[in-house]
Amino acid sequence: MKRTMSGNERRDTINFYIYILPWLISFFVLTLYPMVRSLWLCFTDSDFSGRGNFIGLDNFIRAFTKDPLFFKVFANTLYYVVMFVPSSLVLSFFIAWLLSQKVKMLGFFRTVFYLPYITAGVAVTIMWGWIFNSDYGLINYLLSLVGISGPKWLTDKRIAMISIVIMCLWSIGNNILIMLAGIQDIPVTYYESARIDGASTLRQIFSITIPLCTPTIYFNLVVGTIGAFQLFNQPYVLTKGGPVDSTRTVSMYLFSNAFEYGKMGYGSTIAWCLFVIIMFFTLVIQRSSKNWVFYDN
Amino acid sequence: MKKFTYKKGLHHFGRAITYIILILSAIVCIAPFIWMVLTSFKTNAEALRFPPTIIPEKFILSNYVNGWQRADFGLFTKNTIVLTLACTIGTVFSSALVGYGFARFKARGSSIWYIIMISTLMLPSQVTLIPQYLIFTKLKLIDSYWPMIIPSWLGGGAYNIFLYTQFFKSLPRELTEAAKIDGANSFQTFWRIMLPSIKSVALCVGVMALVFHWNDFFTPLIYLNSSQKYTISIGLQFLNSTQGTARIGMMMAVAVITMLPVLIIFFLAQKYFIEGIKISGMKA
Repeated sequence: MKRTMSGNERRDTINFYIYILPWLISFFVLTLYPMVRSLWLCFTDSDFSGRGNFIGLDNFIRAFTKDPLFFKVFANTLYYVVMFVPSSLVLSFFIAWLLSQKVKMLGFFRTVFYLPYITAGVAVTIMWGWIFNSDYGLINYLLSLVGISGPKWLTDKRIAMISIVIMCLWSIGNNILIMLAGIQDIPVTYYESARIDGASTLRQIFSITIPLCTPTIYFNLVVGTIGAFQLFNQPYVLTKGGPVDSTRTVSMYLFSNAFEYGKMGYGSTIAWCLFVIIMFFTLVIQRSSKNWVFYDN
Repeated sequence: MKKFTYKKGLHHFGRAITYIILILSAIVCIAPFIWMVLTSFKTNAEALRFPPTIIPEKFILSNYVNGWQRADFGLFTKNTIVLTLACTIGTVFSSALVGYGFARFKARGSSIWYIIMISTLMLPSQVTLIPQYLIFTKLKLIDSYWPMIIPSWLGGGAYNIFLYTQFFKSLPRELTEAAKIDGANSFQTFWRIMLPSIKSVALCVGVMALVFHWNDFFTPLIYLNSSQKYTISIGLQFLNSTQGTARIGMMMAVAVITMLPVLIIFFLAQKYFIEGIKISGMKA
C-alpha cells in the first residue's frame, strides 16, 4: 500500500515539473539570471556587448553626486506617481459608486469607460498630442468658448507632466470596473440595516462601501503604484521627455542610457534604484494595510 | 407626510445628478475619438485653423489613402498581425499548461514555486530588461520577433498562470478520475478534458493577450531596428516624430485605422474582457 502511494507521489512530482517546465525555464533564464546579472552590471562600465570592467561604486557615485538628471528623473516620476495614483483611486471609486446605483444602461457606460483603456497605445497618445495642441487643440478651443485662454499643455514645463496625468486619468476604465466589481460584492443586507437605522447616503458610503471595498482599493493602490513608477510610453510619444526634461521619467532615462548610448552598466544602476524605490513603496503600503484594509470573513 | 415627499424629491434629485455626471464622463471618454475621426476627414488647411470647425467642411478621404501608402502601413499591419498571433497563441497554451501543473499536482516544493511565481508579478520589468537584451544579442535574435515570442511560449506571464491555476483548481477532481479510468494519460486529460472545460478563461486570457501585444510599444521599440520589421505602434511613432502636426489629418487617419482591429475585437468579445476584470476584482 505504502509503495503505491509513493509511486503516485513520484508520478505527481514528475508531472508537476513537466507541466511547469516552460515557466521554470523562463524563471531561471529570463528572470533570476537577469536579476543577478543586472546587479553585477551596476558595478561595471559595460557597453552594448555586455562586457566591461569592474568599477566598484563609480556608477552610484556618479548617479548620486555628478548627475543632476538622475535626481530630476526620479523627482519627475515621483511627482507623477503622487499626482496620478491617488486621483485615479478617488475618481475610479467615485465613478464605480455611481455605476453601482442601479443605473439604467449599465452595459453602455461600462463599455464607454473601458474603451479608452483598451485602445491605449501609440495611436491614442498621438491623438492626445493633437487634443493638447495649444494652438489648434480641442481643449483650448473649448476653453476659449468660455473666455479662458488655455495654457501650453505640452510645451510649458510646469504643466506638461500634469497634461500626462490628465491623459492617463482618461484611461482608468480598468480600475473603474475592478472597483465596481468590489462594490457589487457587498451584501445588500448591510445597506438595508443601515437604512433602517436612518443612515444617510453619505454615511453609508463612508461606513459601509469604503470599508468593505478596502481590499479592492488596496489592490488598485499596489498595482497602480508599481505601474505608475514605470511610466514610459505616454511621455516618450507625447513630449520626448521635454520641455527641459520636465517629463523625463526614470524608465525613459534608463532607456536612453542603455539602448541609445549603450551604457548597460549605468542603465542597470538606474534600474536597480527604481526597483529599490518601488519595493520601498510597496512595503510601506503593505505595512500600512494592516491598519486600514478590512477583510470580511 | 411632508417629510416623505421631501425625501422622494431628494431621491430624484440625486438620481438626476448621478446620470448627469455619468453622461458627462461618458462624453469625456468618447469625445477624443470623435475629434480624431473628424480631423482625419479634414484637409490640412482646415485642421490647422482656429477656431476649429467641428464637422469637416469638405469630407476628404485622401488622408487615409496617403497615410496608408506612406511608410508602408500595409507591411506594418501584416507584421503586427503575425507577431500578435504568435504571442497570443503561445500565451494561451503555455500558461494553461503551467497553471494546470500548479493546480493539479502536489510535489515537494510546489507551493514554494507557486509563491515565487506570484511574487514575480511585483517585479518591475526594468530590472531584467538589460540582461535579457544582452542574452538575445548573444543569441543573435535582435531585430527579430523572437525576443517577444519566446517569453510568450514560456508561461506567458505570471498573471495568466495565476488565472488558469485558480480555475483549474475549481474543476471537480472526478473529471480527472473519469478520464484516467478511460485510459487517457495525463496530457490527454489536460488537452481533451481540462482545457475545454475552462474555455471561457482561455478566451479571456486570449483577448487580453491579443490587445496587449497589438498595443505593445516598449518591447518592439527595444528589439526592432530595421523598418521592414516595424510593428504598427513603432511605425506610428516614427511617422509622428517625423511629421508632427504638419500632416495632422493623415496622422489621425492612420491612428484610426490601427485602432480599428482592437475596437472590433473588443466589441465582439466584450463578455470575456468583463469576465477578466471580475476575476481581478475577486483576487483583491
